[in-house]
Amino acid sequence: MEAENQIQVDLGHLLAFDPYHHFASPPKSREELVTECLRAGTKLVQAITDGLFNLSATEAIEGPLVKLPKPTTRLPREKHLPRPKPPTKWEMFAKSKGIQKRKKNKVLWDEQTDSWKRSYGYDRVNDDADVPIIEAKMTDEPGSDPFAKRKEEKKKRVEKTEKNRLQNLKQAAKVGALPSHVQLAATALPITGTQAAPKKITKDELGNVAGLAATATASGGKFDKKVAGEKAVKHQGKHRKFLPAAEGSGMGNREKEQTDKVLSKLMARNSHEILNVGKAVSMYNVKKQRDGRNQKGRSSFDSSSKLKPNGKPMKGDKKSPYQKSRKGGSHGGGASRKGKAD
Amino acid sequence: MMKINTPKKKRVLRELEKRAPKLVETGKKTLILQGLKTSNVLNSVLKEIYHLKRDSSVRYTRKNDNIRPFESGGETSLEFFSQKTDCSIFVYGNTSKKRPDNIVIGRTYDHQIYDLVEVGVENFKPMESFKYDKKLAPMVGSKPFITFAGEGFESIDELKHLKEVLLDLFRGEVVESLSLVGLDRVYVVTAVSSDRVFLTHCAVRLKKSGSVVPRIELVEVGPSMDLVVRRHRLPNESLRKEAMRISTDGLKKKIKNVVGDSIQGKIGKIYMPDQKIGEMALPNKAKGVKRERREAKLKHSEHAAKKRKEDAAD
Repeated sequence: MEAENQIQVDLGHLLAFDPYHHFASPPKSREELVTECLRAGTKLVQAITDGLFNLSATEAIEGPLVKLPKPTTRLPREKHLPRPKPPTKWEMFAKSKGIQKRKKNKVLWDEQTDSWKRSYGYDRVNDDADVPIIEAKMTDEPGSDPFAKRKEEKKKRVEKTEKNRLQNLKQAAKVGALPSHVQLAATALPITGTQAAPKKITKDELGNVAGLAATATASGGKFDKKVAGEKAVKHQGKHRKFLPAAEGSGMGNREKEQTDKVLSKLMARNSHEILNVGKAVSMYNVKKQRDGRNQKGRSSFDSSSKLKPNGKPMKGDKKSPYQKSRKGGSHGGGASRKGKAD
Repeated sequence: MMKINTPKKKRVLRELEKRAPKLVETGKKTLILQGLKTSNVLNSVLKEIYHLKRDSSVRYTRKNDNIRPFESGGETSLEFFSQKTDCSIFVYGNTSKKRPDNIVIGRTYDHQIYDLVEVGVENFKPMESFKYDKKLAPMVGSKPFITFAGEGFESIDELKHLKEVLLDLFRGEVVESLSLVGLDRVYVVTAVSSDRVFLTHCAVRLKKSGSVVPRIELVEVGPSMDLVVRRHRLPNESLRKEAMRISTDGLKKKIKNVVGDSIQGKIGKIYMPDQKIGEMALPNKAKGVKRERREAKLKHSEHAAKKRKEDAAD
């Protein structure tokens, strides 16, 4: 009897707790531990069922149904309590004026068609747009279309209600009591001066923010402590590549190549000739050889049109390579031809 | 400019309403997931927990390397998953050299981490290793008995916290009425030492006894394991207060000053405040309509008429 009083039973959760249970001696084996625990468990479940079966039970199809009492152990909620909706503008107005809500019927009797029609929606009673004839009043100006006017008024009314609905929802959202199925989304940019809608930042942009901030440090963010999950800063901007300080002269002399490249670029830009001399020379040589082979007897030595004498002033005191080759070429060509003929 | 977005499909609307905060909560969903490294034992532990809570839990099987529940930055993934799946308890399993077979059971409030308990699993025996009569097997989703035995659950902080978390985890749906036929399982939790807890899942056999109350017999069916408490984090006080709030709307208000029985019917006492009639303001009446004014005017006009006559006569 005494032991039963010491067991705490919470029927709402089907929970039983025995705070006075202890092992008389440390269990020597696993099986002993298990049997001891099961014994304690059986005692506790028995205590719960004692309480449970003594509750008043109603008869259901499967068996007795019991109404559980409220649980005594408090557990934390998973979500916040639902916040009360702030009253809408109409509700505040109705309260201040003392207007009561009246129950409306969904269907009303329509005199014109002698039938039951709904009070709102498609094919409704007393639809403003359905009247066939609108009598003219004294205040109407001639030439105005009363039907169009009615449509305009209705449109304005609808716009007004939509605006009010939006305002009510905004008020509710401010308190945090927006209904669960409604979401407010910003559609257009706000006018400056009013509260700006938060700009949507993409995932990539967010990743680069840390990199942007890192450029402010002297070491470029290399030693900044990284937050868990932060990726390394992506290299932005060009990298400069420097040639080795000491390099031998020869074929692969990169520095020489670099300077040569710069020089030739400058020369090409500043020289007034359009002719690419080297290319012209090789073209001429090739052509000559081809002609020599094709037409053995004929002299197709007509090179003056293309080939002009020019002297490259800067390239030392060398005469133009063309000139040299021309002279040499004529001799050589003649000599070769002669040689070939023979 | 703002636009009102409402769901165009009824199915979406129903889902959103299920996830909305309610006055009385009906049971938490559980999210089961794992970290970078899991052992065989851990895999079967997570699998069995998932099967025990089949209808109200979600299992993620991919490895998540950025979840570190006890570190300040490592909870963002958990909170995101909690929001996505609408689960407010999570069971996160991970193995490392320092913490082998580690499970972190945590709860969320408003999709923010509320509290955490870290336990190690030892001596795990899966469901398949138990031999029992198949007719006794408990049904999926039935409401379980939960029993705690041991003085450690009262005296030691970690065990107290573990008790609360295990109760929340195994609780099942919160119902108002229960069918006595569907009671078939129990979770037996015993405190073996100051940091070790023995947890087992048994089937309940109701045997005929002399009275209305049947005699209980337990048959071990389910997984049994030793839980060694490693770390825990209690919720901070303000969050705990907010999470434990109960709304007073649902409570029945005491009706005062009403008595009644079947013969006399309902009798109530009405207490009237003292109506100071002399000091009450009169209702708004137009100045010219008040009787005194009217009479005064009449008198004045008579008086004036008399005076004029006199003057005229003079």
